[in-house]
Amino acid sequence: MSKSHPPAAPAARGRSTATQRRSAVPPRRLAVPWRRWRPSRAAAWLILIVLMLVTLLPFYWIVRTAATTNSSLFTGDQSFLPPEPTWVNFERVLGLSSTEEAMAAGGSGAEFDFLLYLRNSVIVSVLITVGQVTFCAMAAYAFARLQWRGREAVFYVFLAALLIPPVFIVIPNFVLLNQLGLLDTFAALAAPYFFVTPFMVFFLRQFFLGISTEMEEAARIDGAGHPRIFLQIDVPIMSAPLSTAAILAYVIAWNEFMWPLVAGSDESVRVLTVGLSLFRAGQPQAGPDWTGLMAATCLGAVPVILLFLVMGRRIVDSIQFTGLR
Amino acid sequence: MAIVSARAARQHQHRASSGWRRLRRSQGWVAALFLLPAGFGFALFYLWPALRALWMSFTDYNLLRRSGDFTGLENYRQLVDDQLFWHSMWVTVQYVVINIGMQTVLALAMAVMMDRLTRSVIVRGVLVLPWLIPQVVVGLLWLWMLDPRLGLVNHLLEMVGIGGQAFLGSPDQAVPTLAAINTWRFVGYTALLLFAGLQMIPKQLYEAAAMDGAGEWRMFWRVTLPLLRPVLALVLVLSVVGSFQVFDLVQVATGGIGGQPGGPANSTLVIYVYIFRQAFNFNQAGYAAAMSAVLFVLLACVTFLIMRSLRGSRSDLA
Repeated sequence: MSKSHPPAAPAARGRSTATQRRSAVPPRRLAVPWRRWRPSRAAAWLILIVLMLVTLLPFYWIVRTAATTNSSLFTGDQSFLPPEPTWVNFERVLGLSSTEEAMAAGGSGAEFDFLLYLRNSVIVSVLITVGQVTFCAMAAYAFARLQWRGREAVFYVFLAALLIPPVFIVIPNFVLLNQLGLLDTFAALAAPYFFVTPFMVFFLRQFFLGISTEMEEAARIDGAGHPRIFLQIDVPIMSAPLSTAAILAYVIAWNEFMWPLVAGSDESVRVLTVGLSLFRAGQPQAGPDWTGLMAATCLGAVPVILLFLVMGRRIVDSIQFTGLR
Repeated sequence: MAIVSARAARQHQHRASSGWRRLRRSQGWVAALFLLPAGFGFALFYLWPALRALWMSFTDYNLLRRSGDFTGLENYRQLVDDQLFWHSMWVTVQYVVINIGMQTVLALAMAVMMDRLTRSVIVRGVLVLPWLIPQVVVGLLWLWMLDPRLGLVNHLLEMVGIGGQAFLGSPDQAVPTLAAINTWRFVGYTALLLFAGLQMIPKQLYEAAAMDGAGEWRMFWRVTLPLLRPVLALVLVLSVVGSFQVFDLVQVATGGIGGQPGGPANSTLVIYVYIFRQAFNFNQAGYAAAMSAVLFVLLACVTFLIMRSLRGSRSDLA
């Protein structure tokens, strides 16, 4: 797109020798080359707005579909607003309506216990977040703040694990938890992410390296041990990055699919992502229950979107931080 | 600070020396203690399974029997002759190339636009939103949007006079469609990483370039892109490696409603789905381990090559 842009303001003016240009162009124009209102700027804004619409439209369409009855869906009505707005799909996905009512509204009659899956997802994600952030923060402290032999080497071993494709270790982990008799328990679903992920150690270590050591030194002189320094000085200072880390850990755990698919297929521990995929797989080819599926999809996205509305800025900042390391 | 009491202050001089030395000496033990939980998890769920997977790849391990016998290089020999393995590799490479091509160019354009137009967190937030949604949800969402008969996309295409497309139902269109869906999900995230990199480029360089008469286009190629290189390398490694490992999306969005993932006619059988199928549907865990070992080596090479060719670990700014 930028190819069609006319050159920036200063360049458009005098075009002769370098020395002439330098003297001819008023310096205040130079500070921000693209600030003035000009067609290229308007075009760029237009593109950005279109991209935002393309991002948001599918989300709206989930809600729109979920608020439509299955019968009006199959007439091919594509109006922007739902033709006959209804709560029936949300009700039947949440199990608030009887099976007969649900079948009448277009359900396949298949069991889909949304609230149970939602609860399971929350349990697993909270377990993972608490364990992972605690233990990774401790490890990050050891890597960033303590002096010991072999520190760099051990850290690089942790880093190298970032390269392992999850599918490579999913099979042995499945075998291990099978041998321990833990399959289809919350413990199994959380275990591989509960203690550590290489990414989290790396992420938190970068923050520990960034904070000043002055407070720690003062505490040391006053005779505080490392556990105390960690808990009473570093954790409070790091509260912002730690909560960012917690959000990231939670979102990643919430979105996890392959591990819970193999380790937690049982209904009692089934998480939302697995439940949604099975709901879709259980649909009849001829007339799938789109409105029910979209109501479930919509509800499945709500917890993350809520989190995002509350913590959006922090999430955005943390992603930017990852880019910079 | 609560720790500083009057008594402590009095003993300051004495403690300073002995306490400091005591801490220094015991740091190895302290470190071990701090690393204990993470190290335990790391050994049990990363290191040990990685070694075990490597061993499994030399056996005919079966998940039902929970055992396997050593078969040497048999799995790797089978892999060389396995048409479906090479097919799935080819499908995956196609997917990665289309996905990364679209995603990187678009993200770069978005990042530059954000950098030049606005500091708004709302804009960045909206664009990154799809990244936060479970891939399973993204898959279902687009399965519906792209439904050949009732989907919104085909409706819009017909409105502008282009006929309806089969998208995920067509063997030719399925892979590009998946790549486009994944681009939709990741482009904002990628743009945000690049945007962060753009913030690091000193503004004086643009002023100097403008003074020398460079236009936007020229500045992008001569200033932005070279100085963005380390971040670009990181982003490419992250997205290429991630893209190779596409699984959730294919598992949920392909094969139509109620169909077998990887369809139609194996046209979207990416390597992850194939490995998964061998391990958990066909009980060929040993063979699946061998394939994932090959994938591991391949991804390590790709990472190395990208970092090497973009000289990703060094910055021109320093």
